[in-house]
Amino acid sequence: MALDSKIPAGKMDEKWGKYKSTCKLVNPANKRQLEIIVVGTGLAGASAAASLGEMGYKVKAFCFQDSPRRAHSIAAQGGINAAKNYQNDGDSTYRLFYDTIKGGDYRAREGNVHRLAEVSTNIIDQCVAQGVPFAREYGGLLSNRSFGGTQVQRTFYAAGQTGQQLLIGAYQALERQVALGNVTMYARHEMLDVVKIDGKARGIIARNLVNGELERHFGHAVLLCTGGYGNVFYLSTNAMGSNVTAAWKAHRKGAFFGNPCFTQIHPTCIPVSGDHQSKLTLMSESLRNDGRIWVPKKQGDNRKPGDIPEEERDYYLERRYPAFGNLVPRDVASRAAKERCDAGYGVGSSKMAVYLDFAAAIERYGKIEANKQGKSNLDKDAVIALGKDVVKEKYGNLFDMYAKITGENPYEVPMRIYPAVHYTMGGLWVDYELMTTVPNLYALGEANFSDHGANRLGASALMQGLADGYFVIPYTLGNNLADDIRTKSIPTDHPAFIAAEKEVSDRINKLMSIKGKESVESFHKRLGKIMWDKCGMGRNAEGLKHAIKEIQQLRKDFWSNVRIPGEVNEFNPELDKAGRVADFLELGELMCIDALDREESCGGHFREEFQTEEGEALRDDEKFMYVSAWEFKGDSQYELHKEELKYEIVHPSARSYK
Amino acid sequence: MQHYNMNLTLKVWRQRSNKVKGHFESFQVKNISSEMSFLEMFDVLNEQLVAEGKDPIAFDHDCREGICGMCSMYINGRAHGPWTQNTTCQLHMREYKDGDTIVVEPWRAESFPVIRDLVVDRSAFDRIIGAGGYVSVNTGNAVDANSLPIEKQKADEAFAAASCIGCGACVAACPNASAMLFVSAKIAHLALLPQGEPERKNRAVNMIQQMDTEGFGSCTNIGACEAECPKGISLENIARLNREYVGAIFSGSNNG
Amino acid sequence: MNWKNAFSTSIGKKILVGGTGLFLILFLVVHCYVNAMIFWPDEPGETGKHFTEAAAFMGGNVAIRIMEIGLFAGLIIHIVQGLLLWSQNSKRRPVRYEVSAGNNTSRWYSRSMGLLGTLILLFLILHLYHFWAPNRYGQAFDAAWREEDLYEKMVKVFSQMWVVVVYVLGCVSLAWHLMHGFFSAFQTFGLTTHRYKATIKSVGVAFSILIPLIFAAMPVYLHFIGSSGH
Repeated sequence: MALDSKIPAGKMDEKWGKYKSTCKLVNPANKRQLEIIVVGTGLAGASAAASLGEMGYKVKAFCFQDSPRRAHSIAAQGGINAAKNYQNDGDSTYRLFYDTIKGGDYRAREGNVHRLAEVSTNIIDQCVAQGVPFAREYGGLLSNRSFGGTQVQRTFYAAGQTGQQLLIGAYQALERQVALGNVTMYARHEMLDVVKIDGKARGIIARNLVNGELERHFGHAVLLCTGGYGNVFYLSTNAMGSNVTAAWKAHRKGAFFGNPCFTQIHPTCIPVSGDHQSKLTLMSESLRNDGRIWVPKKQGDNRKPGDIPEEERDYYLERRYPAFGNLVPRDVASRAAKERCDAGYGVGSSKMAVYLDFAAAIERYGKIEANKQGKSNLDKDAVIALGKDVVKEKYGNLFDMYAKITGENPYEVPMRIYPAVHYTMGGLWVDYELMTTVPNLYALGEANFSDHGANRLGASALMQGLADGYFVIPYTLGNNLADDIRTKSIPTDHPAFIAAEKEVSDRINKLMSIKGKESVESFHKRLGKIMWDKCGMGRNAEGLKHAIKEIQQLRKDFWSNVRIPGEVNEFNPELDKAGRVADFLELGELMCIDALDREESCGGHFREEFQTEEGEALRDDEKFMYVSAWEFKGDSQYELHKEELKYEIVHPSARSYK
Repeated sequence: MQHYNMNLTLKVWRQRSNKVKGHFESFQVKNISSEMSFLEMFDVLNEQLVAEGKDPIAFDHDCREGICGMCSMYINGRAHGPWTQNTTCQLHMREYKDGDTIVVEPWRAESFPVIRDLVVDRSAFDRIIGAGGYVSVNTGNAVDANSLPIEKQKADEAFAAASCIGCGACVAACPNASAMLFVSAKIAHLALLPQGEPERKNRAVNMIQQMDTEGFGSCTNIGACEAECPKGISLENIARLNREYVGAIFSGSNNG
Repeated sequence: MNWKNAFSTSIGKKILVGGTGLFLILFLVVHCYVNAMIFWPDEPGETGKHFTEAAAFMGGNVAIRIMEIGLFAGLIIHIVQGLLLWSQNSKRRPVRYEVSAGNNTSRWYSRSMGLLGTLILLFLILHLYHFWAPNRYGQAFDAAWREEDLYEKMVKVFSQMWVVVVYVLGCVSLAWHLMHGFFSAFQTFGLTTHRYKATIKSVGVAFSILIPLIFAAMPVYLHFIGSSGH
């Protein structure tokens, strides 16, 4: 099957405009007859469900949480990019497009990314209109900050809770449509399969997590807005419930999986403190605007950070990347931290951490504040107290969070940080219209692969989720459904629904009947360890081959020895988790296969065999300038399809942040 | 910070579904690290229960970084435990010492029926938002974001109100099981912004009516909600909601 | 929204309680002012002249009598709505907590307004029986009625120790009731904005202590000092 990305012809900056004015439309009376299923209610799902409901489609939205407002988009801290150029610092649609392509290490599709940059400004307008309380200047206008990997200030933010505020905006729009009857909300429901009729996605099988019953839902189209799969690593910054199940079921039903190995490791997370750890907590990247990252110059230095004099500290990011310093992109910063720790310079009791130090920033801000207040002869302590107040206003909630988790005061001692799995650039392969290789099945937001290439820039995930939901899918869905207006609702006693439900039910019963000895959690931890050690920040052919074997064995163990307590027909979180871990056990293998296939280093994918003498990633554009789209062919069998990437505008070069 | 391990007795509410009565059950957990979060301690207990062939304790949780609002335990008489401005998932075990007994209950309110053990149904909150907690602006209708300057102080106040995570601790903590702090946070958020102005009056009236329909108690200004709110939502928001309501009824909002 | 609906929502009911509460607070000021007359030193040969004059004015003036109807209406609304709120709210948590937050998250008196109000009501019944009913009954139904001298009556009533104790307890209940009620009424009308919150709180505390203290001083004074002089 040849992959057609359906990028419209024409000049790059005219493609989307032309598409919008020439795509097919569905008239209002017909929209009322068309049913749309939206799975997931994060930024992409909530915005899509709300927008489609407003347009008049009959929408059903599903989420596994108790309310659509809980989706993990809510945890995004730092901000959302938009090419508004409000700061007059030379930003433009082109520059945002260029930064995203470059940041993605030339593995993203130009057409999609340009569209993303174009609609970025609409997102800010829409969110402000909804009442999202972005940070403002004293003049009443919107405030911006800069973020890792860029040289302009284009990030809009709401303290350290930007994701929360954007999601609440979308959630409110969604609840409005629910109250109006345009959207029916199914909370505490998990999608367990896609139903295909005549080759098209026509519905889903969902499980009501409260009573365990399976439900059949018809839809003319199905939108998967189910987020990323970082939890395959067990420890990640994802929520406990984040999972790949919906996307994986779609994959098994024929949707190709794009670039599964592209994982983003976020450089600034609170380090692991012990075996009991259930998740990792992110400290917003915005901290790198003011914090300086360092390790001792001496290996195994056990002195307290305050006792290590300035000249014995190695500010390794500033040393290696003088142009961007502490603001290099995430993949670069993460690898540099790992390199220092692996070489024996790590700090803290585990030695797997580096310092993020605010002392310099506190002093700098203190001096500025003292000047502002006209107090030129303050002593050092008074200046530092002023500086702490400034830092508190900027990052107070993050500092509080750090203090709660670690029991240490980050105003006094430097934070300890270490990279952690954060985001997955890979996902279901989609074309320009966000449709997967299964007709009428769409993937939006983090669940698709399309916009971030091999590495996502900070503050771009929120942008992409909302772009897909508010501004892309309303057009592209109509363009497709215009041909579907004659399709009547298909009753859910159709054989395809019955067969799909039986398949789901058989699998659940099989899981329940194993009655083994080991808990689901334990299997998940074991999978996570394999993935982190062999398919994490650094990968090599030998390790990946091992990992594939280990995962296959682990999967076998799981299906013969997992213990799931309770019953099928009741509220049973262990059973929910078992289904998700079973899917991770398949996905993990595919990620390793993909990582093994891609014999180059690019973005978040770092193959140890392919690096420069200085330890930087070595891309191979000759051989690997393509999207890997994997087709499911049966257990452990995947066929690779390649979508060649053509760069019309940006010319790929070695990514340098020096 | 000195780390240590501890053994604890947990007295936890068990209830198979909302159709049957619940009861307390006691458990012993051993070697709990002071570095664990409260929910990680529950993970340990659940692993132990699974190993013993018993049903693990059901509890709501998701992000485990204090923002999604899903976790919801009433711990030794306190919503989200003893720390102020904190969620259960961010409560850490260094709060406790060896030999402590901890009583854990679900949020208790008529409007939050128990689903299982410590899990309750908070969908009433969604319906209250649906009754008016939004700005009616369809996608694509927006003007340029900077065409509407907003006084910084008001924007900051609106943000403080909007930081509500909808966890329901206010209801759990309120002796009347009232949802006023939750409702007021949303009303204050939107009333402070010019975008919320056109629907201001109807919003206040409709959301209050929905709150009453859902069976929440009424506010008698006790203030336990403010004390327990993990996001520090202030009672001033309730004052603002009252003001909005008084304004709406005396100016004759045409609704209802 | 029509008036009936406006006052039947949870906030509407609270507005009734808070509004009547504010009205009763005003009444307390007037009542307290008149009562305080007993502490106004007498000219030689007089006892309680200032108070008796004021009391006679309050008892005989038509305008005051008409306002009294409003006062009772307010009182009844306050009591009925207050007790209704209390009983409805107490049903909102069908299964109680095993461990309660107690005073960790709120003050006991703010949670006990129903109880404190009931105590005040019981005291009020006794108080009306002592000082209001005899005169007002006579005024309405007895053609030969003349205003009884309330000062003399007070001296007589407060000579009984148990009455003094009940009155002091009534005032203590009132103090705690006001300690929450004063601020709460302002909060209900949304007047406790950031700017005024602290002031209203402080004035409320001062009011809650001062007014009941003056009220309580009267029976104590008459029992121990005032009456012994005669």
